[in-house]
Amino acid sequence: MLDALLLSRLQFAWVVAMHILLPAFTVGLAAYIAVLEGTYYFTRRPVFLRLSKFWLPIFAVSFGMGVASGIVMPFQFGTNWSRYTDLTADVLGPLMAYEVLTAFFLEAAFLGVLLFGRERVPPGVHFFAALMVAAGTLLSTFWILSANSWMQTPAGHAIVEGRFVPRDWLQIVFNPSFPYRLVHTTMAFFITTAFVVIGVAAWRLRRGRHEEESLVMQKMGLGLLAVLVPLQVVVGDLHGLNTFEHQPAKLAAMEGNWETQARMPILLFAWPDEAAERNHLEIGVPLLGSLILGHDVDAVIPGLKEWEPQDRPPVAITFFAFRLMVGIGLAMLGLTLAGLVLWRRGRLAQARRFQWLCMPAASLGFIAVLAGWVTTEVGRQPWVVYGLLRTRDAVTPSLTTGDVAASLAVYVVAYVVIFGAGIVFMGRLVRRGFVAAPEPEPEAPAPRAARPLSGATRTN
Amino acid sequence: MALDLVPLWAAILAFGVFMYVLLDGFDLGIGILFPFAPDDAGRDTMMDSVAPIWDFNETWLVLGGVGLLAAFPLAFAIVIPAVYFPILFMLIGLVFRGVAFEFRHLSRRRHYWDRSFFAGSLVATFSQGIVLGTFVQGIPVEGRDYAGGTFGWLTPFAVLTGAGLVAGYGLLGACWLVLKTEGGLQAWARRKARQLAIGVAAFVVMVSVWTPLIEPQIRERWFGGEHPLWLWPVPLVTFALFVLLWRSLARGRDSTPFVAALGIFAMAYLGLAISIFPMVVPYTFDLWQAAAAPNSQAFLVLGTLFLLPIVLGYTAWSYWVFRGKVKAGSGYR
Repeated sequence: MLDALLLSRLQFAWVVAMHILLPAFTVGLAAYIAVLEGTYYFTRRPVFLRLSKFWLPIFAVSFGMGVASGIVMPFQFGTNWSRYTDLTADVLGPLMAYEVLTAFFLEAAFLGVLLFGRERVPPGVHFFAALMVAAGTLLSTFWILSANSWMQTPAGHAIVEGRFVPRDWLQIVFNPSFPYRLVHTTMAFFITTAFVVIGVAAWRLRRGRHEEESLVMQKMGLGLLAVLVPLQVVVGDLHGLNTFEHQPAKLAAMEGNWETQARMPILLFAWPDEAAERNHLEIGVPLLGSLILGHDVDAVIPGLKEWEPQDRPPVAITFFAFRLMVGIGLAMLGLTLAGLVLWRRGRLAQARRFQWLCMPAASLGFIAVLAGWVTTEVGRQPWVVYGLLRTRDAVTPSLTTGDVAASLAVYVVAYVVIFGAGIVFMGRLVRRGFVAAPEPEPEAPAPRAARPLSGATRTN
Repeated sequence: MALDLVPLWAAILAFGVFMYVLLDGFDLGIGILFPFAPDDAGRDTMMDSVAPIWDFNETWLVLGGVGLLAAFPLAFAIVIPAVYFPILFMLIGLVFRGVAFEFRHLSRRRHYWDRSFFAGSLVATFSQGIVLGTFVQGIPVEGRDYAGGTFGWLTPFAVLTGAGLVAGYGLLGACWLVLKTEGGLQAWARRKARQLAIGVAAFVVMVSVWTPLIEPQIRERWFGGEHPLWLWPVPLVTFALFVLLWRSLARGRDSTPFVAALGIFAMAYLGLAISIFPMVVPYTFDLWQAAAAPNSQAFLVLGTLFLLPIVLGYTAWSYWVFRGKVKAGSGYR
């Protein structure tokens, strides 16, 4: 049944899913640009300046889209989730306001200097601006994930007349799932960016151009991935154990586990059937579930039947999204190891099959981030504040089905146009490649006709 | 809980919204004036004059929205649903104008994104004016929720304030160009500023006459028993600022018109604040009834009082980095 509630959920899912793709890329890219600017500042090796000038326009486009689609987000709480706002804002409002105060202003003020100010400020100040933009993206990640985690594992509050009121801010900000979610997500963002970087380098290497820049990019990317991807496997596992402790129903859905059982298997594949409360076509590894979750093959793991049907999350979506994320993680691990072996043998530039694989792999991080986000958010259902406030009690009561159908249609059309254009334009920037020579000092006259100011054309 | 933070929060929020209106006002105004510029080079210079700062200007809107959510959540939960479609149009307008800054240089069909910049700016501004008008007229409430219909915001008064804000932002944009450009573009901006000044004056008079008719509280405040004497300076100063704006444009001053236009916005804003205070969901809930828990306001106020001056500091620095006249093609370095 398509009612205002379901349409509002679809609308929120759409605008946040499209938006999250941009921070998934720009958080890592801001840090990468800061590293490039810093390396250039200290070593004066021109290749790092060329790399920074290559990525800055791409950053400008994606960051601009991130800002534009990000402004939409807080207003969703008012337009479609006014009951949620009224009931939770005493707790969550300050976290979001701190995000604006510590992160958004910092990013926005220093972004202008980073993109347009290279000749207007001393080099050290320009590098500082790059650092501040990167710090802003990380602070933003911190606050918004704290708010998100509180919805998953609420803590530090009391409920007075049905409304959540703060009692202990330290417990609210550092609620039980927050440290795990923060580390897991931030690492996922960095990994996403690193795969884009090595994918773009691969594309250029296969065309036999810009070998120096491309190899530097690929080695920087692989170096980061060598640390982060194996670490992410460990962090992801810890995050899962945290979910098991605080949101066992979500975990049961992730594992497709209907029965409370000892010696629980880990399912590699299954077709969950919510009506029959069982799976079809199960393929699993025996005992492994109890071993991972309970550290003992005889550990009893609660199944979905422990909860009334109206208290269970949608099983199939959570189950498959989780498998997609883990599958991509393993593929990333394989690709990273292959790259490291080739690097060690000094054969990266010649490894055509590896480079061919790296190109589509540039999209893997985005898919994994979306899959992970679907796992955690759909797995939180039917609650908006886990165990305390149902999603259906959070929607704006004055909305009609027609209202939300119309607004959803507008958001879908607008974002398809904007994101479609953005992807095309970023592709053009990638094809345009590197500036040929090391940058002459600012006194040199501009050889081409003056063109107007935008981050994409003027970051050199 | 001895200290009542509500007046402080009202002041912080009023300041944030005011900063937004001033700062994004002039760069939305540039978008509104965009298609009327004398030539493409002029349009490029207009864009150059705000490219490094628009993102920052728009961040004040997020602060206004999130600040309202954090400090007066009940107001956010009632007012925003009352203007569901104006908010949608504003957001979509801001998206289309925001991406145009980068996209128009990368597209082979630049005029599409020029139009998107203009239409997005116009729609976003008009929608903000509608939100303002709806707010002043008052919002039907039942319990703690908006009780009106889908198109409750579509009233003659709200359309008037929408059109008024378009003229007002256009005026700010024109005065910004007088400040930041020179030559033919500046002369054109000066002409536009004079035309828009007449329009804005007309809207200010119409809204000022109409507003007291809407709500007895407003009538009482401006024309009732004891207050009126000390409120007289508001219309008088506004009038003086219009005179200053007009004469400084006529005499070819560069920066005075922008200052005068900012002053006119400040006075209009002050006038509205005097009319509405202390309501935050007119005319049902006042600031105290809609306020967040004292604990929430206290937690946020400490950081805000510490961070806001820093924010203003590096903003001023960033404006200073890009100070002076924007020359054609000056962006290329």
